Amino acid sequence: MRIELAVNGVTHALEVEPRTTLLDCLRDQLGLKGAHAGCEHGVCGACTVLMDGVAVRACLMFAVQATGSAITTVEGVTPGPGELSPIQDAFCETHGMQCGYCTPGMVLVAHALLADNPEPTREQIVEAISGNICRCTGYAQIVEAIALAAERLRGVNRPRSLAP
Amino acid sequence: MKAAPFEYSRAADVDEACALLAADDGARLIAGGQTLVPMMVMRLARPTRLIDINRIAALSYIRAEGDGIAIGATTRQCAIERDALIKRDLPLLAHAIPNIGHAATRARGTIGGSLANADPAAELSLVAITLDAVLSYRVGRETSEIPAREFFVGPMTTGLPAGGCLTGVRFPVWRDKKTGVGFHEVNARRSDFAFVSAAAQIALDESGACKRIAIGIGAATDCPLRLEAAEEQLAGTRLDAKAVETAVRAALADVETLSDLHASAEYRRRAAATLAKRAIADALAQAQGSKPHAH
Amino acid sequence: MSAGHHRFVASDRRVREDRRFVAGKGRFVADIDLPHTKHVAVITCPHAAARIKGIDKRAALAMPGVHYVLEGAELAAATHPLMTGLDTPNVPRRPLAFETARYSGEWVAAVVADTRALAEDAAEAIEVEYEPLPFVLDAEEALEDKVLVHEAHGSNVLLDKTFIWGEVDKDFAASPRKLSLRVKWGRSSTVPIETFGVIAAWDPWREILDVYASIQMPRYADQIGAALKIPSTSVRVHYDVDVGGSYGVKRGIKHTVLCGYLARRLGFPMRLIEDRLENMRGGDAHGPERLFDVDVAFDDVGIVRSMKMRALENLGAYAGRSPFQLGKPIGAIVGPYKINSVAYRAIAVVTNKTTQDAVRGFGQGPTNLALERAMDEIANVLRLDPLEVRRRNMIKHDEFPYLIPSGTTYDSGNYEAVIAKVLAGAGYEELKAERDRLRREGKLAGIGIAACLEPSGGNATFEALLNPAITTSTFMDSCRINVDGMGAVTATMHTTSSGQGHETLVGTVIGEVLELDPDAVRVVRPDSLNSLPSGTPVGSRMAIMLGGAAFHAAEKLKAKLTAIAAHDLGIPLARALYERGEVFDRQAPDKRRSWAELVAIAHRNYHRMPESFEPGLAVEHVYQVPTGGTLPGKDGRVQMYPCFSFEFHLLLLSIDPDLGETKILRYRLGHDCGTQINPKIVRGMTMGGIAHGIGAALLEEFAYNDDGQLIAQTFMDYLLPSSHEVPAVEIVDHETPSPHTVFGQKGSGESGYLGAPAAVANAVNDAIRPLGISINTLPIKIAKLGDMIAGAQERK
Repeated sequence: MRIELAVNGVTHALEVEPRTTLLDCLRDQLGLKGAHAGCEHGVCGACTVLMDGVAVRACLMFAVQATGSAITTVEGVTPGPGELSPIQDAFCETHGMQCGYCTPGMVLVAHALLADNPEPTREQIVEAISGNICRCTGYAQIVEAIALAAERLRGVNRPRSLAP
Repeated sequence: MKAAPFEYSRAADVDEACALLAADDGARLIAGGQTLVPMMVMRLARPTRLIDINRIAALSYIRAEGDGIAIGATTRQCAIERDALIKRDLPLLAHAIPNIGHAATRARGTIGGSLANADPAAELSLVAITLDAVLSYRVGRETSEIPAREFFVGPMTTGLPAGGCLTGVRFPVWRDKKTGVGFHEVNARRSDFAFVSAAAQIALDESGACKRIAIGIGAATDCPLRLEAAEEQLAGTRLDAKAVETAVRAALADVETLSDLHASAEYRRRAAATLAKRAIADALAQAQGSKPHAH
Repeated sequence: MSAGHHRFVASDRRVREDRRFVAGKGRFVADIDLPHTKHVAVITCPHAAARIKGIDKRAALAMPGVHYVLEGAELAAATHPLMTGLDTPNVPRRPLAFETARYSGEWVAAVVADTRALAEDAAEAIEVEYEPLPFVLDAEEALEDKVLVHEAHGSNVLLDKTFIWGEVDKDFAASPRKLSLRVKWGRSSTVPIETFGVIAAWDPWREILDVYASIQMPRYADQIGAALKIPSTSVRVHYDVDVGGSYGVKRGIKHTVLCGYLARRLGFPMRLIEDRLENMRGGDAHGPERLFDVDVAFDDVGIVRSMKMRALENLGAYAGRSPFQLGKPIGAIVGPYKINSVAYRAIAVVTNKTTQDAVRGFGQGPTNLALERAMDEIANVLRLDPLEVRRRNMIKHDEFPYLIPSGTTYDSGNYEAVIAKVLAGAGYEELKAERDRLRREGKLAGIGIAACLEPSGGNATFEALLNPAITTSTFMDSCRINVDGMGAVTATMHTTSSGQGHETLVGTVIGEVLELDPDAVRVVRPDSLNSLPSGTPVGSRMAIMLGGAAFHAAEKLKAKLTAIAAHDLGIPLARALYERGEVFDRQAPDKRRSWAELVAIAHRNYHRMPESFEPGLAVEHVYQVPTGGTLPGKDGRVQMYPCFSFEFHLLLLSIDPDLGETKILRYRLGHDCGTQINPKIVRGMTMGGIAHGIGAALLEEFAYNDDGQLIAQTFMDYLLPSSHEVPAVEIVDHETPSPHTVFGQKGSGESGYLGAPAAVANAVNDAIRPLGISINTLPIKIAKLGDMIAGAQERK
């Protein structure tokens, strides 16, 4: 089937099988390797992307379903080659990762949370990332990263809303 | 884990969805897909055609209707979670929704998808049973209604006929001044399928006695269960802890509860009683507080 | 504390690897696209045990995009069985089952197609005819040898070895008190979020098999070559693949041999990325499932004189290195305690369950559980405070180095200081008061403590202990440093990493020695043909071993630079002082050579070099494990690992008596791993280990039904802790340096995991003890606990 997918602000014309998941389409056809396959049945969250600014599991959608929505991957929140967003930088500051496999999902969840709620409590941060499993960190430094990012962002312009 | 091949259609309206369903025995509707897609990639479900109903605007709504609130079948769980009307008039639903999966699955999952899937542990099924919701569906051009109690027939099995498309569900609203709700579940992790869940809604009269009570138990049996015997016993009383305990235990005494990897049948029976008591206690406290139910 | 006398070591530096990960620019195996790659899917056996009568692949081969179907017989004829640790030639392990499949999920055939989806379509079309066989799942039943998993071996027992260190019988006879305890560590594993994956490509013109894999395995290239019957120098493993978590289990040797064979056979790169179902059932990455029978002999004040421990391991259907997980704990068999004598019997049996591989701690976690449960039960019997019992038995800080009965000497430690730090803030009395308050409110509440060692540094002498045919007495690591003609520094490390920040480690160590900015040190990973030997990140060894190798390489470089300068300045070597990349004359500091000048001399002005010096500035060091180099004596005593980190867990837990739900309310951990080269990395390791430990204690289990089917096949049933399940943990650090390592650092890769399950189990038992019940089986699941509590309450 021919579809048009808007990803990170660019619209792509693609030929996909209906059974191709959004995750596989992003990775294999658009070369966006940041979203990862961890379980392919919607539990681990490593495949997280933003759909119109809201975190969703790319492994639980077929690419054909995603037409007409604005998809954002971790590549889309990276300001430029070698540049980090304040949220990404905060993750580096607190070492909110180890192997990096769940990290793009966590970064996107953080973006969505902070766009909606610039002053989250610790409990709200824990709730926001509770759909993303990390096997390395035990979550503490991830929660700290998001809290630090929130603090820093409150000191600059409010994050641009990712919804169209 | 890649799904078996299938054809894909996007239905523009309910007519088209029903026509496509009627044309192919192996066709299935897809709404949020949060349950269907995992089954497909594990090849436990192999529809020949997926009929995508996500874009049918007419199926996505939350509105007052008659004595209740009607919600369209493809309304996203997250939309229900945020809705002010729901918070005000269907506090039990508002209470239950955050327990469903994770924010990322509620962003896509729909109320119709959950109800049609009829997982014994589903929170929405439990609320529908507890509040005596009425579901509406289309087969071909015919619209029909079915009460929740008749809709849920067995685990993952509903009274929805072959070729049927769920279109909406209507929840009656309790207009009594002093109402309260309670919802409790027990699971291994916060967002897992519950081993057991309990929902309660209570209305008190001016003297503080129980005018009306609905108690539902989920995840403990093939379908969610109303504890009608307990409801009858407790109506008119002041719902003191002892009376509640006795009524709830009696109502559960002969229920055949499920046993599996996660919990024994006896555990489910005991936990059902505990959770029901706690839900009722919460509902009572809220009703006595006479606070408005918005969060 | 150590930051005082270090410039970069122990300071709060960023981990350089993080930059690529936050942008999604890691290079995981599934991210690699080679032209003409074909995709592999496997066909798995549905029975717990079955003879394979025939495979009908005609329908599959006729399907579009399908290239090949490989059966076990063909693969068995063309390859050697996979390497095992024990001498068990009649228990061969192969990527595809040969004639008999021995667990539900075992790989029976492989299909190659243009895409993974097409491969899965074809896999469904393959018909295998099975003749189901009797099977055995339980280890104690397997011991009876009524149903044999491998008939040719004649028994289900792969290992049964008893060690007696000291006068155990005498000590038992002389002790007024004895206690027996049975403890079960349930089958769980580390289950990384990235499954194992491999891409193998054969270049027939250079005769090189390129391997890209999500690997964490010693001797990986060797084993690939051995199985495929090609020289190890025909295997090129790419170490610059980022591994998405491993914590031991990413061994994937059967996946690799399978793909390597197919790549050579068919002439295309072969790609097998396990899906989650393949991984859980047939990835051979399960962890220990161990039954302990512990007997302790002690006196009336709780001093433990002797211990007998029988450890029975349920290996699953085959074994690689997994039986050695019974041997490593021998190096810390008495934990932090001065137990005088020990009898240890290690038994490993095969059953018709999924094969295991190495799991974080390599058996130390389960052993610590057994030890710590025993210590708590001693306290219970004597009505003593559990912490007091620990204190009375602990090795004192002035008693190091301390030789334990099994022959290992613990390097250093100050257990009392760590405990004091933990209690200072938490206040043991306050915690007890909080527990009592919760109990008055009708909850069950308990305090759990665990005092455990983390053996670190790696040293494979447990191999020789359990298999005398093995005579390995080293577990080395290595580092090369080259300063190029422009004066820029590049260092190499010779293994993959899975999140431990090794590039940062190497940069920091070299920067420290050379007094240069660590971030200016380029760290790269050559492939296996370009590498020096490395033991890989196992056994909590990298800070010690890679750190040590980098340190010594940097020292060599510093020495060379100093010698070049001294020669060029015309001064005796003793007068030349190196400082921040420059060398000067102590007596006349104006006489100096800068970094750029020294580089120019080394790279271009050979006429100014000392005689017989090699041109350039290239050094390397291959580092032997400290205290290594010996083999076990006849009495089964040997020095195991060089360094011993210490952790002390203290937690408060409540249980809802009606539901069995547990909640960890307070958690404090004291951690001593000597000098912390990078505190952010160490903290991350420990927190992650605690999360793992909570999972093993309360949530995770590879449960089987009576038909031998794995019922926890997906993440819906195998429950990993989310952010809700891991409480806030306060970690307090202490640093007792090791005398054996370059900065006094010890390992921390297994921290938290080694003690959290014991602490949680002890807390649960403290909570339910008033009901007269105890639980010694992990995981402690909610409903099971609820049932136990209800049963006890009914009996009252």
